[in-house]
Amino acid sequence: MAQEIEFNLNGEQITCAVEPPTLLVDLLRDRFGLAGIHVACETSRCGSCVIHIDGRSVKSCIILAVEVDGCSVMTIEGLADGERLHPLQTAFGDCGGRQCGFCTPGMVMSALDLLQHNRDPDESEIREWMEGNICHCMGYHNIVGAVQAAASELQADTEV
Amino acid sequence: MTMGADKNRRDVPIRGAVGSALPHDSAHLHVSGAALYTDDIAEPRNLLHIALGMSTRPHARIHNLDLSKVLAAAGVVEVLTAEDIPGKNDFGPVIADDPILAPGLVQFVGQPMFAVAADTVEQARRAARLAVIEYEDLDAILDLDEAVAAKSFVLPSEKLQRGDSGAAISAATHSVSGRVRLGGQDQFYLEGQIAMAVPREGGDLYVYSSTQHPGEVQHTVAAALGKQNKDVIVECRRMGGAFGGKESQPAQIACIAALVAARTGRAAKLRLDRDADMIMTGKRHDFVIDYNVGFNDEGEIEGCEFTFASRCGMSADLSGAINDRTMFHSDNAYYLKNITIVSHRCKTNTVSNTAFRGFGGPQGMFAIEYVIDDIAACLGKDPLDVRRRNFYGTTDRNVTPYQQTIEDNIIGEIVDQLERTADYRKRRAELQNYNENSRWLKRGIALTPVKFGISFTATHLNQAGALLHVYTDGTVHLNHGGTEMGQGLFTKVAQVVAEELQIDIDRIKITASDTSKVPNASATAASSGSDLNGKAAQVAARTIKERLIVFAAEHYGVRRDEVRFVNNHVYVGATELTFAELAHQAWFARISLSATGFYRTPKINYNRATFSGRPFYYFAYGAAVSEVVVDVLTGEHRLLRVDVLHDCGQSLNPALDLGQIEGGFIQGAGWLTSEELCWNTDGALTTHAPSTYKIPACSDLPVDFRIAMLESHANREDTIYRSKAVGEPPLMLAISVFHAIRDAVASVGDHKSSPLLQAPATPEAILRAITRMQGGDL
Repeated sequence: MAQEIEFNLNGEQITCAVEPPTLLVDLLRDRFGLAGIHVACETSRCGSCVIHIDGRSVKSCIILAVEVDGCSVMTIEGLADGERLHPLQTAFGDCGGRQCGFCTPGMVMSALDLLQHNRDPDESEIREWMEGNICHCMGYHNIVGAVQAAASELQADTEV
Repeated sequence: MTMGADKNRRDVPIRGAVGSALPHDSAHLHVSGAALYTDDIAEPRNLLHIALGMSTRPHARIHNLDLSKVLAAAGVVEVLTAEDIPGKNDFGPVIADDPILAPGLVQFVGQPMFAVAADTVEQARRAARLAVIEYEDLDAILDLDEAVAAKSFVLPSEKLQRGDSGAAISAATHSVSGRVRLGGQDQFYLEGQIAMAVPREGGDLYVYSSTQHPGEVQHTVAAALGKQNKDVIVECRRMGGAFGGKESQPAQIACIAALVAARTGRAAKLRLDRDADMIMTGKRHDFVIDYNVGFNDEGEIEGCEFTFASRCGMSADLSGAINDRTMFHSDNAYYLKNITIVSHRCKTNTVSNTAFRGFGGPQGMFAIEYVIDDIAACLGKDPLDVRRRNFYGTTDRNVTPYQQTIEDNIIGEIVDQLERTADYRKRRAELQNYNENSRWLKRGIALTPVKFGISFTATHLNQAGALLHVYTDGTVHLNHGGTEMGQGLFTKVAQVVAEELQIDIDRIKITASDTSKVPNASATAASSGSDLNGKAAQVAARTIKERLIVFAAEHYGVRRDEVRFVNNHVYVGATELTFAELAHQAWFARISLSATGFYRTPKINYNRATFSGRPFYYFAYGAAVSEVVVDVLTGEHRLLRVDVLHDCGQSLNPALDLGQIEGGFIQGAGWLTSEELCWNTDGALTTHAPSTYKIPACSDLPVDFRIAMLESHANREDTIYRSKAVGEPPLMLAISVFHAIRDAVASVGDHKSSPLLQAPATPEAILRAITRMQGGDL
């Protein structure tokens, strides 16, 4: 039987009914049209579907929709401030931090979690943190570079 | 006179000129989650979702396929089998041996037998499991050795021969022979195989397909439905990765979606889940390679023999051309005076293997590099010295076994430069010292070259078309037959048009590959995307530019050579106007502002019957030095440092090209070290998800990664702005990682012999090699 849940989605308060077995990724893609969350492995290994629940990154392909009842959910679509991209988005765009782009939203959301909890990660911390996000196009070199560039940008912002 | 031209901008160069390091055209969409892949396209009303019923047997007759429970399941609207296909039940790209749905006989575990269409994905997937199937098992060939013994081949074996290798090896001072196994690789594009078919009026179909080859999807769908090519349109804006895996495979997916759509009158989508994708679709061919080589005291090869046996799987697919390319690349950068190459294309009861970046070339190159390492170990020489000794010459010793004279050889120069910049000799000495003092950790280093032939070996595929419209506001609609899979082709081709018309790239709309705009396009494959489509778009742009020049000269009464396009402006004698103003005036004067462009690669010719001619327009070169450390107790390794020097000719876009080099290298390292495909004794693939199939992760990145592009080396051939293809060649730079590992393992036995190391060099394979070096068996 469908269950009613309430949660905050990219700043908007949502109330909706979901069948208990519904996966969060399906709810967000199919019901709310948030197509930036990508489905690639469906087993939590690749990270293409990473979103934030209450400020922490999670893989939405193995979370039930009912689990976000009362939570705050943010997806890649909620990251930019209107037209203004988040520094992580700018850095992934500028630094060649993507090729086919399919893994990119998940990469950005994982990196966001890192930078929100560690303002100045070193290279090895970035590499370890990002290992749950797979890319088969790139050598990760520019992905690490993009996270570093965004970290510097965010720090400069805070200092100003 | 000026006509509103922005004087301040006339000195500002255009944005996106050829050679600029522009980010990928979709960068902004990628990072904001707004780039639409096939699964993200707004779904039409009443969309049906499809799941497939797959064989659980490697080789069996289907005695009874009872689908009554499937049909009765909740939400199920349609169930299709081979019998429901009105046209041709085949999606084979070359030979008709690839059924879309198995017709009473299954030939591998995972082969689709029926398709279920339901209102939701979950309903379709649940229903697909309800079929009751009676099989009669037949003998299955699962192994390459078995296939060779049984002469089970999908295509006839081939032989390429120059000189008398047997006599040369017998007469040589030294000889080595051996056998090595080389694993396959799953493409693991992050976006899995997918197609959505939408019925249109009069029985026509519009198909969204994630494909490198929209034209083939169109033709195959039409044939399967018993329709004509004109009745089907296929579109692909972008793929979430492809790597060759979306060359021939998407046709099957699209055919099934189209069959459901045609039969039900409802739009239908088929997206394989990851397990189905890995089980059901083809991969890089795994090989067993037998070699025999004779050489002199200096390591110069006198005679060489290779026998390649590759796993083609249950059908021919593209295996003919793939294995031909293996034969063409088993020389890599080396002159092999006396050479015999035998190639067996084995038929096994496993999934039909297909294209994957390098297209057989990497396996050929792997073979000769393995041999060179053996020679070095036998003579106690540095493998780099043996490599150099055997390099092709520039004026002599420069004819390949297939009789193509190499006119652009720069491998010596690249290797000299890289040896210096990577400090190869110094590091080798340091490493030796390190290994003498380290019992459990051993380091290894290797420098390997790449020479890769550019062109489709099937001459007729080396053609491309483009379509260009200029609107009255001076903006441009660009279309061509190439597809975008992340490599940045669309950006590069738009740069060509920006350069030709001298307008900002932002004024050019890059549009989806579409069979109704450019017909009969070849697959975007063989690294040929920019070479072919860049040239075709250039022709189209020049056609329009020429019309504009003729018009402007007449209109303003100047000579044609007085009309110049510079920095978003057009100078017509003393008159200065914007490109938009000229476009508007030309339209008003009834000048056509739409043109097609067509290009065919010159100079190439090739006789397949004799394996001779000029299959390749030119060669792309590169070299890499890799250094690793191996833990002799666990077999694990880490990549410590990589130095790459790669030849992109005069790069169209250095940012995109560097991305291709870096990505290709790591993908190649994955192939040779961690991505291991395993089948069980029942013929089932057991590594069908990223939980068991190890794609390199961010933490596997080399600690120190230095990539450089060779400077000041324009392509000698007249390619698009003298650039070189860069899609596939860098993958093979990763052969250096494998040989660095082999070098580290050899140090366990003080380099007295060359270790038998199988690829991929997983910890298990490395540990087995170390144990053998220590005289044990594992």
